[in-house]
Amino acid sequence: MTPLVEIERLAVRHGGTRVLHDVSLSVAPGEIVTIVGPNGSGKSTLLRAIIGAVTPDAGTVRRADGLRIGYVPQKMPLDPSLPLTVRRFLSLPKRGGDAGRALEEAGAADLAERQMTALSGGQLQRVALARALMEAPDLLLLDEATQGLDQPGSAAFYKRIEAVRRETGCGVLMVSHELHVVMAASDRVVCLNGHVCCEGTPNQIVDAPEWRALFGTGTAGALALYRHQHTHEHHH
Amino acid sequence: MDPLGSFLVRAALAGVGVALAAAPLGCVVAWRRMAFFGDATAHAAILGVAGALTLAVAPVWGALLAALAMGAGVAWLSERGWAADTALAVLSHGALAVGLVAISLVGVRVDPEAVLLGDVLAVSRGDLAVIWGGAAVVGALLWWRWDRILVATLGDDLARASGVDPDRERAALTLALAVVIAVGIEVVGALLIAALMVVPAAAARPWAGTPERMVAVAMGIGATAALAGLWGSWAWDVPTGPAMVCAATGAFAASAAWDRLRG
Repeated sequence: MTPLVEIERLAVRHGGTRVLHDVSLSVAPGEIVTIVGPNGSGKSTLLRAIIGAVTPDAGTVRRADGLRIGYVPQKMPLDPSLPLTVRRFLSLPKRGGDAGRALEEAGAADLAERQMTALSGGQLQRVALARALMEAPDLLLLDEATQGLDQPGSAAFYKRIEAVRRETGCGVLMVSHELHVVMAASDRVVCLNGHVCCEGTPNQIVDAPEWRALFGTGTAGALALYRHQHTHEHHH
Repeated sequence: MDPLGSFLVRAALAGVGVALAAAPLGCVVAWRRMAFFGDATAHAAILGVAGALTLAVAPVWGALLAALAMGAGVAWLSERGWAADTALAVLSHGALAVGLVAISLVGVRVDPEAVLLGDVLAVSRGDLAVIWGGAAVVGALLWWRWDRILVATLGDDLARASGVDPDRERAALTLALAVVIAVGIEVVGALLIAALMVVPAAAARPWAGTPERMVAVAMGIGATAALAGLWGSWAWDVPTGPAMVCAATGAFAASAAWDRLRG
């Protein structure tokens, strides 16, 4: 299958600082890939390179022809002086499209007539997801989309992402710092620290020495916890 | 009878024209937290007026060019992380001071007060054509790019992911800002043109649930304030530009008080 996006030996500099180097990565249709890494490891820069917001110093970022990207930002600079209903927000930049369905899929069906500035953090994230779905995306990009949510809140959010992937078949590339939730939702985890330290399925990666060097062995416990929760759920 | 023969009619049309163009731009400026940017650009226009007078061209062209240069300069600085409050303040006040010195060097041909506070009672038919022409350009530009401007207001990366180039929208806004300032200087002056943008927008905020409604209400408040200011200036013999901004500020106070009372 042709990848949705294919990155080869990408290098990005900010001023004199090397932010990314030698990063190769691809996302296939229907695949959920999560990028984890410490602060300043270049996770957001990688996403910004994919949407074309930063110019590579070396390497290539290839997007599939006519690739539609749905982007869920970390946060939006919503000034209180801007009156904006959720419905109007969903119509940006293209009017038309099924706002009701997108809100339904994002779990925000009851929010259509609310003001954006009156939403809670969790509601705002679901609405941002709904707007991304309005683009009928081939690829969903989520940048720390659960920041500010509590643990059940972000777990529910990632469940929703999985449901969206199942229903629409889109690929998902997300950045997260929440290792335990990442484990639950991803097909593949990429550990980034300027370059790709290691990558693999959640099960493979927790055993990688590079992973342990970055996150310690505590994350294996998180995985165990996830496995436990997973089996637990199946009993219901 | 020729209605444009009366200087009061010309002044009213000039005030309303500038207010109608300034209000939608003022809304965008408020949403994007660019109010200080507007001030800096308006102050730069003073230098442009001085330059135009030296070269014996119409002041509006000098103001337009200087406002564009300042807008582009500030945008360039902000891309490099320099648009901190302090940098903008230095540019804004520096431009004001340099502009005033330049005006005085041009000599007796221009009254600094007219540049700073406007001289709407002296608007000619030609000025009126320039003002309404400029207002039409700004209106058309905003209308054409409206949804893209709104997306860009919600964040550069969000815009880019949707195929909207935020730098292009920023450039369109800089152009619109420069045009409003250039045509507005004769009406309310370089000191207060930014106020005629932002104050009606702020007054309109409590009455709007969508961006478009806020623009419509702000245009109504701005045009009414222009007429009320003209009337007040006639009745009490006070400068017209400041009187217009006083009326808009009064509308803001009333709007904020009413909003608070209704809860």
